[in-house]
Amino acid sequence: MVCNADESEPGTFKDRALMEGDPHRVLEGLIIAAYAVGADYSYIYLRGEYPYAYKVMEWAIEEARQAGYLGQNILGLGFDCEVELRRGAGAYICGEETALFESIEGKRGFPRIKPPFPTTHGLFGKPTAVNNVETLCNVPYIIEHGAQTYRRLGTEKSPGTKLFCVSGDVARPGLYEVPFGASLRHLLYGLAGGMRTGWKLQAILLGGAAGAFATAEHLDVRLSFEDLRQAGLPLGSGVVMAFDERRDLRDVLKRLARFFAHESCGKCYPCQLGTQRQYEITQRIAAGKILPGDADLLKDIGWTMSDASICGLGQTAAMAVLSAMQLWPDMFTASDLQEDYGRYSHPH
Amino acid sequence: MEDIRIRIDGQAIKVSPGLTILQAAQSAGIEIPTICYHEATTPNAVCRLCVVEVKGARGLVPSCVAQVSDGMEVFTRSERVERSRRTILEMLGSALDLSDAPEIQEFMHDYQANSGRFPESRARLSPVIDDNPMYIRDYAKCVLCWRCVQVCADDAQYTYAINFTGRGFDTQIGTFFDKPMPETSCVFCGQCVAVCPSGALKPRREWLLEKGHSSTEIAQMSARTRKSKRV
Repeated sequence: MVCNADESEPGTFKDRALMEGDPHRVLEGLIIAAYAVGADYSYIYLRGEYPYAYKVMEWAIEEARQAGYLGQNILGLGFDCEVELRRGAGAYICGEETALFESIEGKRGFPRIKPPFPTTHGLFGKPTAVNNVETLCNVPYIIEHGAQTYRRLGTEKSPGTKLFCVSGDVARPGLYEVPFGASLRHLLYGLAGGMRTGWKLQAILLGGAAGAFATAEHLDVRLSFEDLRQAGLPLGSGVVMAFDERRDLRDVLKRLARFFAHESCGKCYPCQLGTQRQYEITQRIAAGKILPGDADLLKDIGWTMSDASICGLGQTAAMAVLSAMQLWPDMFTASDLQEDYGRYSHPH
Repeated sequence: MEDIRIRIDGQAIKVSPGLTILQAAQSAGIEIPTICYHEATTPNAVCRLCVVEVKGARGLVPSCVAQVSDGMEVFTRSERVERSRRTILEMLGSALDLSDAPEIQEFMHDYQANSGRFPESRARLSPVIDDNPMYIRDYAKCVLCWRCVQVCADDAQYTYAINFTGRGFDTQIGTFFDKPMPETSCVFCGQCVAVCPSGALKPRREWLLEKGHSSTEIAQMSARTRKSKRV
């Protein structure tokens, strides 16, 4: 059993809040899951940049051990459950489940080819269940109160609640728990207080760096797996990053592209080469020095990475760029930043 | 086991289960281009040139590792496949010196790949490493097919002299702590040189001959090196 606590999607901070605020819920979920799949040894792979969460989880594991909830013959049930806490070293790729296994095994964090899947060939080649912190945190409640009670919230196909990491130009950025099916408008305006200082909303990045852009037209989309899929938007790790009208989205795209060029592991050609080329072109676009053909190149690179990369990193590395191309096509063809397209540039 | 039926590019064929799509296609006379694939090494599906479209699959599928299944419908030259192959080749050509990779050059011709589409792009430059008498390493020509690392490790020699350094675009093959080859566990078996598809690893003598040195000059150079080593 592996708990993926490598939360490294830019803009995501839900697992950190869960681990720092309620570490025993994480452990309880992990123990129940380990019991369910019959695993006597579990790992928590924790993001290296979370030193405080590491300390808290370390204390919690020790407390649970002393209370007899971890270790040998738990509650006299003949069930053994050991938990080992492992820290990542800062690579985004190690949040990908198979690269995470490689990392725990002491190897370089390269994703594996799937199939075989973790359920048959996981950590150390053994069948492995791997779940995120937030998923495991839902387990104790469901076991205690039953699935029917849990299903009272949310939608038919997306039961329960979801944590959303709201950041950017909103009045009250933070972590919000809402039932699945709540609207984006409710989250951004009802809870997060709308745009800060009266500027207009320009764009929302949903799902993180590996996510896609939405606009004010999408505010009434309901936040559930099925509704978002229908709207062609990702839920991802629950990132909702708002940009007001002053933000230069070309600069935002450049930063996202730089992130992927920096974090690509270098295993497969599409991502190893594509993230670099995508970064170079977005640099040109951000600088207002677009070359003819750049838009076509971005599409070719983006679709090639999405279609042919080994893992989720490469498959989503172009999603934000491609979604921006759909929403604002002229942003990628204008050669003169200052005169014609001041709309996208920073006023200062 | 009984043969299964699949369809490749509209052609219905019967193949034995357990075959990869690449093998099945080959048996039907359909060529799928590959760069990293080598019969003697474990396929790692890194070049993604062999991707094909499989009906019902979300993304493209690497044919060198994906196995056939009954009723599978495969398209080896669909528009999506062609776009991915062409773009991969174009990006590769814009990053590397492919002058010693005739097979890849041929693919580029087949797919009308034009590396010139990527102006102002960074190339993976790297000086030639000439640190031993047996072979040179010219990583500006390295396509990162992984074959050398694999034959040096579990696929053949169990020597583990080379591995990966850097990340993303800056990934390269290197030695531990960047040590010169004679100071590593390398036994100079030459298998890495034998499987290199792009001239990044080359016998030193061949390299010197290409640079215009005569056999006599090379013999004299070697003699000098041996003499200086003795002192």
